[in-house]
Amino acid sequence: MTTPTTLTSPAPAPAPTPTRAVVLPPRPRPTLGRIAAWAVLAAIMLVTLLPFYWILRTALSTNTGLAANPADPLPVGLTTGGFERALGLQSTKEAIAQGGAGGSLDFWRYLLNSVIVSTLITGCQIFFSAMAAYAFARLRWRGRDTVFGLFLAGLMVPAIFTLLPNFVLIKQLGLIDSLLGISLPTMFMTPFAVFFLRQFFMNVPREVEEAALLDGAGKIRIFFRVMLPMASTPVVTLGVLTYITSWNDYFWPLMVSYTDNSRLLTVALAMFRAQTPQTGYDWSGLMAATLIAALPMLVLFGFFARRIVSSISFTGVK
Amino acid sequence: MTVASTSPPLRRPRGDGALAALFVAPAMLGFLVFLLWPTLRGVYLSFTRFNLLTPAEWVGLDNYVRMVNDPIFWDSLTVTVEYVAINIGVQTVSALAIAVLLQRLTQSAVLRGIVLTPYLMSNVVAGIVWLWILDTQLGIGNEIIAGLGFDRIPFLADETWAIPTIALINVWRHVGYTALLLFAGLQAIPNDMYEAAKVDGASEWRMFWRITMPLLRPILAVVLIMTVIGSFQVFDTVAVTTAGGPANATNVLQYYIYGSAFGRFQFGYASAMSVALLVVLSAITFLQYRLTRAGHTDLG
Repeated sequence: MTTPTTLTSPAPAPAPTPTRAVVLPPRPRPTLGRIAAWAVLAAIMLVTLLPFYWILRTALSTNTGLAANPADPLPVGLTTGGFERALGLQSTKEAIAQGGAGGSLDFWRYLLNSVIVSTLITGCQIFFSAMAAYAFARLRWRGRDTVFGLFLAGLMVPAIFTLLPNFVLIKQLGLIDSLLGISLPTMFMTPFAVFFLRQFFMNVPREVEEAALLDGAGKIRIFFRVMLPMASTPVVTLGVLTYITSWNDYFWPLMVSYTDNSRLLTVALAMFRAQTPQTGYDWSGLMAATLIAALPMLVLFGFFARRIVSSISFTGVK
Repeated sequence: MTVASTSPPLRRPRGDGALAALFVAPAMLGFLVFLLWPTLRGVYLSFTRFNLLTPAEWVGLDNYVRMVNDPIFWDSLTVTVEYVAINIGVQTVSALAIAVLLQRLTQSAVLRGIVLTPYLMSNVVAGIVWLWILDTQLGIGNEIIAGLGFDRIPFLADETWAIPTIALINVWRHVGYTALLLFAGLQAIPNDMYEAAKVDGASEWRMFWRITMPLLRPILAVVLIMTVIGSFQVFDTVAVTTAGGPANATNVLQYYIYGSAFGRFQFGYASAMSVALLVVLSAITFLQYRLTRAGHTDLG
């Protein structure tokens, strides 16, 4: 599982920033160079977005139509058959007749599994990481810097290196093929989440805390009532990215899940692709399944896009 | 109202030891059990013969000796390096181009959002979609190639094409994220510098080489280190598109490690190769850090 390692903790909000007049440079005249540059940018956007359209177009086509008219820019023989196959709404006979594999895939089950795992990982990881980050940023205790240094060193171990030994451990714990087994290794912390949130807490002005202390609040109360609410922006940004990362993870769930009990969407999708019917791939069903797997993240991103796009930036991780 | 007290604000005398222990405990547990312990155990397992069913048996350097003499391992390392070279080369140049275009042309958050959309899909999804687009008989990519009068290219079924194709699929998925990181780096360069250069009659091309590149260098270096490390761990896309084939042409290291562990139950040997990968990655990180002086900035 890869973590996004470069986000900046936005500065804490409450200090009102003086509004600065933004001086816009005069609109540059369209020169040949600028037109060419816009053309290149437009081409890049096209390459970025066209595959999404092609998924939709294929998902709404029939397999026979696709074979007859592979280059038609519109859906061939408009049908929802692909989606019905992907969601297991067709009978085996129907599915095979339309070029499907006829194997049973319980997509709703996988969808639910993916939601449970991603929610569990994101919720726990960020909450526990925030607690640790607060202790590293604001509590005074012996060995604090040593322990934090140790956590930071964890950033250097590629996630993939720990997968095999973690698999052995999860097997010894008897958690193979369970949703908990998939979630456990990233449920408690990632060094990056701790580092990222610590940066934020470090920047919260001391006065905020001291005011609360004067009101007689304990540090636990301060964490839950003052610090955590203040950190809502970095927490949401980190949360959405963690959710997307765990939703998209494939290698680790592939190792741990064996049956429908714990199969996630990514693993199921790869299986769906591997069930090649004799007549060739069921492209229409496959693209429908792909779209169903990707859609929740597109929607999630849609809600938070502005916030995420503006907080992806550079922090020297040192 | 009573005068509460005249004493100065009550400060806790010293330390929050107990409280800190409580706050750090869950993260500490996760760190020790799922990060530190597996790292040590991974190194230990590389010195054993272990099939998961019987206890690990110490075999000293056997796995490493075998690795050095295993032609498939070396092939697999070569294939991985080829993949990383193409993937990182194309991705870095494209990401830089996108970032600079965005910076110099528009500040639109919508366009930046669009650039990021492929990143929202999993590698599995991206792999399957491009498998379809590049399908030799029915894929739109090959339809266009055939329409232009060229021979169809079996992108993922051909030994020479497969690795570059997989590398480019992953560029498609990751380039937007990399571009946004670089874009953020570009935001740190004061606009006055470009304005001043313009007054002096400098072209965009010249400004790119004289202002953008030198000032972006430290950020570019760190982004490069990160993406190279990620790139070496390629697995998902290979697993869904080619499954290591044709004829081991895409048998990247991570795929070979997975096969050794879960196909042949040689967890010891798989661990030894993981250690090798870890060493390679550390060496590359160290070298890149030194060569690019990643810690230093020219921005005064």
